Amino acid sequence: MSDLVHNLQLGFATSLSLLNIVLCLGGCLIGTLIGVLPGIGPIATIAMLLPITFNVDPTSALIMLAGIYYGAQYGGSTTAILVNIPGEATSVVTVLDGHPMARQGRAGIALGIAAIGSFIAGTISTLVVAALGVPLSELALWFGPPEYFSLMVLGLTLAIVLVQGSLLKAGAMVLLGLLLSTVGADLETGQDRLTFGFDELSDGIDFAVLAMGLFGFAEVLRNLQSFEVQPQVHTTIGRLLPSRADFKQALGPILRGTGLGSILGILPGNGAVLAPFASYALEKRLADDSSRFGRGAIEGVAGPEAANNAGAQTAFIPLLTLGIPPNAVMALMVGAMTIHGIIPGPQVINNRPDLFWGMVTSMWIGNLALLAINLPLVGLWVRLLRVPYRLMFPAILIFCCIGIYSINNRPGDVLLMAGFGIVGHSLTRLGFEPAPLLLGFVLGRLLEEKLRQALVLSRGSFLPFVTRPVSCGLLIVAVAVLIIALLPAVSKKRAQVSLT
Amino acid sequence: MKHSAATSRIPRLPLLKRWRKLRAVALGAAACVWGTVATAADPFPTKPITEIVPFAAGGPTDVIARITGEHMSKVLGQQIVIENVTGAGGTTGITRGAQAKGDGYTIMMGHMGTHAAAPALYPKLKYNPEKDFEPIGLAVGTPILIVAKKDFPAKDFKEFVAYLKANQGKVNEAHAGVGSVSFTTCTLFDSQLGIKPARVAYRGTGPALNDLMGGQVDYMCDQIVNLAEQIKGGKIKAYAIATDQRSPALPDVPTTAEGGMPQFQVSAWNALFAPKGTPKEVVAKLNDALAKALDDATTRKRLLDLGGILPDGAGRTPGALGDLVKKEVARWTPILKATGAVGE
Repeated sequence: MSDLVHNLQLGFATSLSLLNIVLCLGGCLIGTLIGVLPGIGPIATIAMLLPITFNVDPTSALIMLAGIYYGAQYGGSTTAILVNIPGEATSVVTVLDGHPMARQGRAGIALGIAAIGSFIAGTISTLVVAALGVPLSELALWFGPPEYFSLMVLGLTLAIVLVQGSLLKAGAMVLLGLLLSTVGADLETGQDRLTFGFDELSDGIDFAVLAMGLFGFAEVLRNLQSFEVQPQVHTTIGRLLPSRADFKQALGPILRGTGLGSILGILPGNGAVLAPFASYALEKRLADDSSRFGRGAIEGVAGPEAANNAGAQTAFIPLLTLGIPPNAVMALMVGAMTIHGIIPGPQVINNRPDLFWGMVTSMWIGNLALLAINLPLVGLWVRLLRVPYRLMFPAILIFCCIGIYSINNRPGDVLLMAGFGIVGHSLTRLGFEPAPLLLGFVLGRLLEEKLRQALVLSRGSFLPFVTRPVSCGLLIVAVAVLIIALLPAVSKKRAQVSLT
Repeated sequence: MKHSAATSRIPRLPLLKRWRKLRAVALGAAACVWGTVATAADPFPTKPITEIVPFAAGGPTDVIARITGEHMSKVLGQQIVIENVTGAGGTTGITRGAQAKGDGYTIMMGHMGTHAAAPALYPKLKYNPEKDFEPIGLAVGTPILIVAKKDFPAKDFKEFVAYLKANQGKVNEAHAGVGSVSFTTCTLFDSQLGIKPARVAYRGTGPALNDLMGGQVDYMCDQIVNLAEQIKGGKIKAYAIATDQRSPALPDVPTTAEGGMPQFQVSAWNALFAPKGTPKEVVAKLNDALAKALDDATTRKRLLDLGGILPDGAGRTPGALGDLVKKEVARWTPILKATGAVGE
């Protein structure tokens, strides 16, 4: 314990230098802005800013780049809530209840609770990283292909709980998502699958391309078609910040979301994307009246947002303690460290304690900064809703295009996104929800990858899935979730709900 | 095939041009601050240079491109802008580079995969590594290590090899995806030993390394920069380095020759190329800038810290790179064709 205090002191001594505070704030601000712009994500931004970090100390550089990363997580939820476009895989769930809240004139409350929830989650998970980072990273190593596969199976059952309308339609969407995730070169042989001869597809479909198409483009199309009057934000902006009652309602979900996010964030292979989905499903189950979900339930924003931010923080654990990046942004951080002559690995914590603890403590400072940046900005963001559609829509489309192009510098991706826009619009018209499709897509790649790895390792035997205890436990939970969901009583309740 | 090329080209031009223009304006402003306001009569370079890196930002090749690019920018007096064009094992970016105007303002960082292994792995490859480029110079070679999980039963490389031969039905090799450096180099290793282990495919070195550290798989081959810290931290075991001399970054790891397998010598080299038709004097200027970068103390130290091998005098010429490409294509093609794999 005294070690921890000592280490945190060392960390704060590093992170509280004037330069580092300025860089942390700067990173958070840039991150918030790019997070808000649909389509422009932290990957492209960090890549562009890498050169300017050449001339500062590596710790300072990393503090700034990390600020961009979790700043983008905050900013992404703003776009999700206000204009129904998830900027990141992790804010897909925020759309479900965040946007309905905005339509009811409660955008300020949704943004406020997202910021507060993220801050609480950030604070707790920073402590988790500081206190348990090293032992937890060992835990992640036990997670072999069979365990990962079973976790993904459990993740898929969450789709059932996500559903707001027809179960059959949602199932179809999950399958479509899984199918889309198999597009591209086969993992083992490299043969192209479902690419129809288009070279652009041989690396698979990028998540951002799909999400921006299904949500961003489709949202614009939907609004154009329905000639909808802009939601009545003009008159009912309402409270800008959550009331005490709102906060009380959201506190439980925030804490549970933090727990889920912290655990899933540590897993290799981007387990963090599952966190908001899991949190949403959990809150919907726990709620007295689950029918409020999808129609602006504050728990549906608070929980997933907290889970998202906690996962974003604990994702640093495998990077800083093992040198293994769990997602694309972290891979970029590896590059940033390497350029500065610090190759991430298990020794960083001993060789460069100032860097390790400086980064950990700067995360908390960054979260505080983000709260300070975001709460006053809520008023400004809400006013953005007043921007006339004729100005807002072209801007959304342009930013989506720039953002998508900046990911891989490939024009084909922009066209693909436009295509998915049309698909997404048609699906919504036909009463299919895009969220289960995205869940299927996100899980599909890992599901297939881990299944095949596990089968190669077991020489084709399915036994390891049930004989390995962690894997078996996860599968049992998945079956239990399915049974509960399909029990007649529950189904009846669901039917009643969809009637009302 | 033709169809896809056509559809990809229609939108490419206007978007790309606009983006380039925007960026050129921004960088032009930066160049003014730098103090070199160019006029049309000035010699090359009079504007920023785009360097295509065919892999994601943050990976080994990208890191090398950024470290060398930084000093080259100083020598040339113009910014070298890194553009990461990813896809199809790096061949997407190199294809775009090969089709660019040969004026020296678009260059690319190719590597063993894109300029030696690709012809065997990509039957539809749209460029010829030997004919469609003007080689600028070899930048950095990164040695290949053979590593295993930390409790692997063999005591040294000889025992390791013997164990693999005796238990080839039981052992599992991890690699970072068809066409990756870890795949191609371990293909060579396995074929030289005459073994057929189960090959477990991962998407990238990170997840493969994770499972190696967790003991789910037995061994893998990869670049030193990806593995050195985990070896020093005792999370995995290194059996040999596939170079003729030990690496200063890992002095305790013996060479393959010391372990009785001198024929397994391989390095993932990274080198600068310009499109075909780039004038000789422009290539010479770029080669000179690269050489100066490799001689710069800071740049040199950064690259050596990564475990890189820097070419010496004769190895730095464009001609030497051209010869290397020829030699490497001839070496890799039959080995990779034999696996029947197609690049990702």
